[in-house]
Amino acid sequence: MKSAVITFPGSNRERDMMYALELTSGVAPVPVWHADTTLPDVDLVVLPGGFSYGDYLRSGAIAARAPIMDAVRDFAEKGRLVLGVCNGFQMLTEAGLLPGALMRNAGLTFVCREVLLETASTANRFTQGMTKGAVWRCPVAHHDGNYFADADTIKALEDHDRVAFRYARGTNPNGSINDIAGITNEAGNVLGMMPHPENLVDPLQGGTDGRAFFESALSVVAA
Amino acid sequence: MKARVTVTLKSGVLDPQGKAIEGGLAALGFAGVDSVRQGKVFDVELNTADATKAKAELADMCEKLLANTVIENYAIEIV
Repeated sequence: MKSAVITFPGSNRERDMMYALELTSGVAPVPVWHADTTLPDVDLVVLPGGFSYGDYLRSGAIAARAPIMDAVRDFAEKGRLVLGVCNGFQMLTEAGLLPGALMRNAGLTFVCREVLLETASTANRFTQGMTKGAVWRCPVAHHDGNYFADADTIKALEDHDRVAFRYARGTNPNGSINDIAGITNEAGNVLGMMPHPENLVDPLQGGTDGRAFFESALSVVAA
Repeated sequence: MKARVTVTLKSGVLDPQGKAIEGGLAALGFAGVDSVRQGKVFDVELNTADATKAKAELADMCEKLLANTVIENYAIEIV
């Protein structure tokens, strides 16, 4: 599995993401700059976490209009894998690649802690190799992670098994509807999630619960 | 030409910041506040004298960037 990680001005988790990808796939990801207009020939593109453009206007709003995003849209339309984590998830909703929006946390505070995530669906290209219903540890670090969408959109997400991850056992840190932590597009090749699995892949980080996610996501093309 | 764009949250969209401001006003002793909703104002200067054209262009700006129409409404006013 070949991957690329896009860095935007204000991204701060791109190295963590590249480390996690290389650790699990054995292949170093290709770094891409937001002002580039083409993507390398890879299977997976990741929009990493951070505070692109200082979260000005709305989190992810300016980055979602960056020059590289047309190429990301084409890439997604071709059925290749696009993953957005945290600020990357915010960008994917702002770019219209995923429905809904990420609003200010219900408690109004920035949350930086560990939560429990339930793998709520394995009916997509990212979590197909994970165990449905399994609960695992994962760090979160965000101010705008309160997932919101209108009732029809939420119903469509639930009915079509598009909620990939939920905060489990009362650990919802932001007030998101239905404890939603991550969703996919209809085709299951675009995933956005607020938690940071890339920050729990090495014992030095305090655990390796995030590895199962990368092993599952990266196995698709490698297999 | 100067224009003012006002972006507000759609009704039904939870506004935690508005709620916090509501609480702050109550704490200051303003007892008559039923609710507060927070929004954004953009003052835009355009190099055109054609109000119709300006409004059309501002609407396009709102749709593409200034507002997130999933959660927000916008209003355009030429000032």
